[in-house]
Amino acid sequence: MIQFAWLIPVLPIIAFAVIVFLTRRMQMVSALTAIVAMAGSLIIAIGVLVQVFSTNITIAEPVELVVRWLEVPGSLLIEAGVLIDPLSSVMLFVVTSIAFLIMIYSIGYMKGDPGFSVFFAYLSLFSTSMLGLVISNNYFLTFMFWELVGLSSYLLIGFYWNKDSASDASKKAFITNRVGDFGFMLGMFFLFLLFGTFNFQELSVAIPAFANKTLLTIVALLVFVGPIAKSAQFPLHVWLPDAMEGPTPVSALIHAATMVAAGVYLLARGFVLFESAKTALLIIAIIGGFSAVFAATIGLVQRDIKRILAFSTMSQLGYMVMAIGLGSITAGMFHLTTHAFFKALLFLGAGSVIHAVHTQDIFEMGGLAKKMKTTTWTFLIGSLSLAGIFPLAGFWSKDEILVTALNAGEIFGVPFLGPLFLTLGLLVAFMTAFYMFRLIFVAFFGSEQAGQEAHESPISMTFPLVILAVFAIFAGFIGTPFTDNGFAAWVYYGHPHLPEPNYFIMIFSTIVAFAGILFAWIIYGKKAISAEKLAVRFSAIHTLLYNKYYIDEAYQWFFDKVFLRIADGCRWFDRTIVDGIADGFGDGLREMGARLRFIQTGNLQNYALVIFAAVVIIALWLAVPVLGGI
Amino acid sequence: MVGLNEYLIFAAILFCIGLYGAVAKKNAVAVLMGIELMLNSVNINLIAFNRFLTPSEVTGQVFAIIVVVVAAAEVAVGLALILNIYRQRLTTDVNDLDWLKW
Repeated sequence: MIQFAWLIPVLPIIAFAVIVFLTRRMQMVSALTAIVAMAGSLIIAIGVLVQVFSTNITIAEPVELVVRWLEVPGSLLIEAGVLIDPLSSVMLFVVTSIAFLIMIYSIGYMKGDPGFSVFFAYLSLFSTSMLGLVISNNYFLTFMFWELVGLSSYLLIGFYWNKDSASDASKKAFITNRVGDFGFMLGMFFLFLLFGTFNFQELSVAIPAFANKTLLTIVALLVFVGPIAKSAQFPLHVWLPDAMEGPTPVSALIHAATMVAAGVYLLARGFVLFESAKTALLIIAIIGGFSAVFAATIGLVQRDIKRILAFSTMSQLGYMVMAIGLGSITAGMFHLTTHAFFKALLFLGAGSVIHAVHTQDIFEMGGLAKKMKTTTWTFLIGSLSLAGIFPLAGFWSKDEILVTALNAGEIFGVPFLGPLFLTLGLLVAFMTAFYMFRLIFVAFFGSEQAGQEAHESPISMTFPLVILAVFAIFAGFIGTPFTDNGFAAWVYYGHPHLPEPNYFIMIFSTIVAFAGILFAWIIYGKKAISAEKLAVRFSAIHTLLYNKYYIDEAYQWFFDKVFLRIADGCRWFDRTIVDGIADGFGDGLREMGARLRFIQTGNLQNYALVIFAAVVIIALWLAVPVLGGI
Repeated sequence: MVGLNEYLIFAAILFCIGLYGAVAKKNAVAVLMGIELMLNSVNINLIAFNRFLTPSEVTGQVFAIIVVVVAAAEVAVGLALILNIYRQRLTTDVNDLDWLKW
């Protein structure tokens, strides 16, 4: 099956071409094309996964299938290659399965939309890009798909293109990611300059042997800028909340489960680079941890259901980035896997709710549990998993990260880092549980808002919810500390580090999660403490959090006052100096001509005189050597 | 004895007078007369060199006769041109012929 692995990204792009050129007018046919292609990719991905685990292909010995794409003999070689190891095969499965389920969901959700076929075309394009990114064996190809994923995101966020807010959001997403891509590109070129190759396997040998650590740190940080943008870490996170303008299946697929995870995947894939530059690792951990806390605090006060989930995504991505920064790609990738399932579930559930009540403000909802049983139950399961309640999937992956955090002190040789990151992690866990259950108590329970006619969604939408809920419950069991041949034995860097059960962390994190749920119940369930009064009492903090710390406004100010001024300066330079030289050259010639034309007197005798004078001069010139000097 | 130098100086003076006439005169016919003077001064030079340097040969004299012929032909053409201009523009003043002026 592995020899067919290259088909996995190819089938969706064929579907894209078919939909765009052939079946655009036939809506259900387009949807079916996309779904069939995706199913094909899913089957191959499952086959690859099974083959990898049964034939002992490990991180240390992957399978590589390569075609030479662009070659300049002696200097440049760009391959088109496929790298199959546990890391990529797990990602392949996650992406194909979730994309498949979301395509099924979209049949129900996007029904009646004039752009129905195009939506499936874009989803297929995105799937190709994401799968290509995951499966590629060198930085260059990864970057190409990285950009393609950004393009697909632009197309899908701006799907409702006649809405100003949507087209603005899509532009914002693309431009912010472009900034990240710039850093990534610089880092990538640097790597090629230093090591002469883009290939991951070759680099994994060459990088640790490189002596200049400062240079490696710079390169690592440059490459990290890409994931900062793509995985919405601070300070390039500003596009993610706005990206919620896209249809909810898009938010589920791209901005929760897969595309934003591409940054984390890149960090894991290229971990050798970061591991060789410990300072870079520390910075990665700090940015990840900060983003996790930052986003969780903002999520506490948001009203829009999708924005709550968006900030939750950003926060969880911070968790993953932090885990990798603290040295464990196992923990980061494990959480990526479980998060993909339950976050997609939560977004699809939110979509189901929005589809039913046509509002996104949770305070305009209420009592949905009575009318939308399946949605409520699956949403509840997803939230419990996200909050990290035993024995759901999120519990195991979150604990893995917390254990990694606790051991952070050893990696960097600074003892207080361990408790620091652990505290950060627990704080985020508390806030996560709180804001998720705030959402649940306000939207699903409580009194019904007037004029609501909630109804359960069609089976095309509830079926994926159920499947994802099953994953949200059971996916964690592949990586518990009690199993020997679990996730950690397959996805690792360097040597597998089998986790041992840390009961202290397990109990503590469960307490913290329940505390969060309890607080949410007190304020929003039982309403023993009034949320409005709290908001008034802490109004300064509340406003700050509600406005996302005014980062967007700060960037706008920077753009207007600093960047545009610099641009004005450049424009002045271009108009006055550069054009001055170019135009001045022409003007000078014209002036010279205008002065010189007076030579043409039209008087014959003047001409004769000039000719005679010239003859005399020439005669003297020629005569001087003959006469032996002047 | 009148030597070579005297003839050469004489020819040079004639040439300068001719040049002045060709360049500074208003009347087109006078310009032609100046040109004739220059050509004739060249003739004097040729004959003088022939007489004093190579008396046994006639090269200089032949050359001088050819110059005379050319000068005659050229004056004929020049006068024809002046006649035509006079018929067109009713002037013989060279300063009036300024259509190539800026």
